[in-house]
Amino acid sequence: MNIVVPVKLVPDLVEELEINDDGTDLERDFLSYKINEFCDHAIEEALQIKEAHGASVTVIAIERDETDKVLYTALAKGADRAVKVTGVDEAATTHTAAKAMCTVIAGMDYDVVMTGVQAADDRDGQLGILLAGYLGVPCVSVVSDVSVSGDTLTVHKEYSGGMMARYEVTPKIVLGVQAARQTPRYAPVSRVRQIMKETELEEVLVGDADVDVGSTVRRMYTPEKGEGAEMLEGSSEDVAARIAQLLNEKRS
Amino acid sequence: MGQDILVVAEHLKGEFADVTFELLGKAAELAGATGGSVSVALIGSGMKDKAQELGAAAKVYSVDHTGLADFNPLTHGSALAAVVDHAAPRLTLVANTSMGMDLAASLSVAKDLPLIAYALDVQVDGDAIVATSQLYGGKIYAESASTGASVIVSVLAGVFPADAGRTNGSPAIEDVAAPDGIDDAQVRFQALVEPEGGDVDITQHDILVAVGRGIGSEDNLPLAEELASALGGAVCSSRPIVDSKWLPKTRQVGKSGLKVKPKVYLALGISGAPEHIEGMKDAELIIAVNTDETAPIFEFAHYGSTEDLFDLVPALTEKLK
Ligand SMILES: Cc1cc2nc3c(=O)[nH]c(=O)nc-3n(C[C@H](O)[C@H](O)[C@H](O)COP(=O)(O)OP(=O)(O)OC[C@H]3O[C@@H](n4cnc5c(N)ncnc54)[C@H](O)[C@@H]3O)c2cc1C
Repeated sequence: MNIVVPVKLVPDLVEELEINDDGTDLERDFLSYKINEFCDHAIEEALQIKEAHGASVTVIAIERDETDKVLYTALAKGADRAVKVTGVDEAATTHTAAKAMCTVIAGMDYDVVMTGVQAADDRDGQLGILLAGYLGVPCVSVVSDVSVSGDTLTVHKEYSGGMMARYEVTPKIVLGVQAARQTPRYAPVSRVRQIMKETELEEVLVGDADVDVGSTVRRMYTPEKGEGAEMLEGSSEDVAARIAQLLNEKRS
Repeated sequence: MGQDILVVAEHLKGEFADVTFELLGKAAELAGATGGSVSVALIGSGMKDKAQELGAAAKVYSVDHTGLADFNPLTHGSALAAVVDHAAPRLTLVANTSMGMDLAASLSVAKDLPLIAYALDVQVDGDAIVATSQLYGGKIYAESASTGASVIVSVLAGVFPADAGRTNGSPAIEDVAAPDGIDDAQVRFQALVEPEGGDVDITQHDILVAVGRGIGSEDNLPLAEELASALGGAVCSSRPIVDSKWLPKTRQVGKSGLKVKPKVYLALGISGAPEHIEGMKDAELIIAVNTDETAPIFEFAHYGSTEDLFDLVPALTEKLK
């Protein structure tokens, strides 16, 4: 089974996000990117399938600041192939990213495409579902429990309240992965370094993926903190005392 | 394309989801602005019999087929595309839920229509549809405008009041033919899997101590448990804690977990991602502890502290004992 995992890099939400001067996008100059956490789960689930059933895993990412590191890390974790897609604008919409991924993946011999269910910058929809549309294959997203038996896969799509729907799917198929069966593994830094020395990333230039998404951002902004919390200040003892007081009032 | 607002009805086990009524209420308001009327795409088997619950709509486009009884992203997707062809709506409102995500994005590609996702609000502004998306874990909002002749907006659950759309009536029913190939699709629904019964029912507790990824490791959970027992409450968590198997699924609060409405919700090391907020925003008193002062949880909390939870929690437990 050939599994392709297109991953998204997204701004690190731990860092402060600033808006650009015309107020229509993030200020991208000093933005630090990291792998979308759900894409990390997609890699893990693909590797789990590889280990249980045998499969080849190809990880693909669009070039950003940290892409090399993300791809080398995927190889260090056990992926067989890593491909860097160049020529796609940093501020590209998810439609454009999906179209670019489609251009690369359509020519590959794949059975299953697994990607993160969503990403922090999905203003115009989710990569997996859009990609499936461009590839002309079906997609099941919000998937968390994948098993393989012969040519078919059984997947679980999560609803709310812990309810799930079980589907049987026949490749070619795209899966939007919510959570891998175990927490994504870490790759030892020494292993990543070694891979970096030994391997050269494959690169594919995709220059003409631009999709007109039919909408434009008028205004991007940080939500008003108006109705926000009353912040409790002081030492941790002071804050603890104040919280204890609030809780006791509420309990009595 | 017309001026109508099409709402995609979401249902599970024969019952409409609340978000369907939330969208209907909003659609009725928007139809006033476009000069169109409200219609519903109802895809299922036998759901037509429940169309009277969709009285906020003037018309129901029904795709009825035994093979469509349970949601299937592939076949429900092509059925929705058929309805959109038929109804030619100005705006299609879909819930930004597990089912709705699949439908909205696949429709966008299939029909080459603009999609604005994760919407907290939708307005009609002259000849544009304007929607505000909640992005970057709730840290950033983006207001997008589309002048496309037909636009899709996927709306977050719980942002509009359901009561506004909960009207009985008798909308006109128009049947739309089911797409071919439903019974031998590449994606085949097998069964619904019910959640396992839990050790603790967090929806029944007045006091919840919720832990997020800020708790760092499973070894630190006793900190939260001691606090919860000092308060006579229970421990619940955000999703990553459950994904790591530190707590059972029945303790998860949020979009894919449980919705809780306790008297007190103490959020420790939880960022406040929209999917988490969905499950706890109606708690009576929310107190959040998070070292990141820009964490979105502080917009929803009544009280907040940027103290390190490892300093604060032991001090708090001590005071409550
Ligand atoms: C379809 C779908 C459904 C989902 N359903 C759910 C759901 O039901 N429930 C849910 O919770 N999530 C759900 N998620 C996941 C959600 O998007 C977030 O990934 C998740 O809520 C983040 O959890 P968190 O806040 O614990 O972790 P993070 O976002 O990583 O936040 C950890 C926080 O801890 C703070 N912190 C770190 N150390 C300390 C310290 N020492 N003291 C104090 N604070 C500290 C950090 O500042 C940070 O803000 C869903 C996602 C998808 C795509």
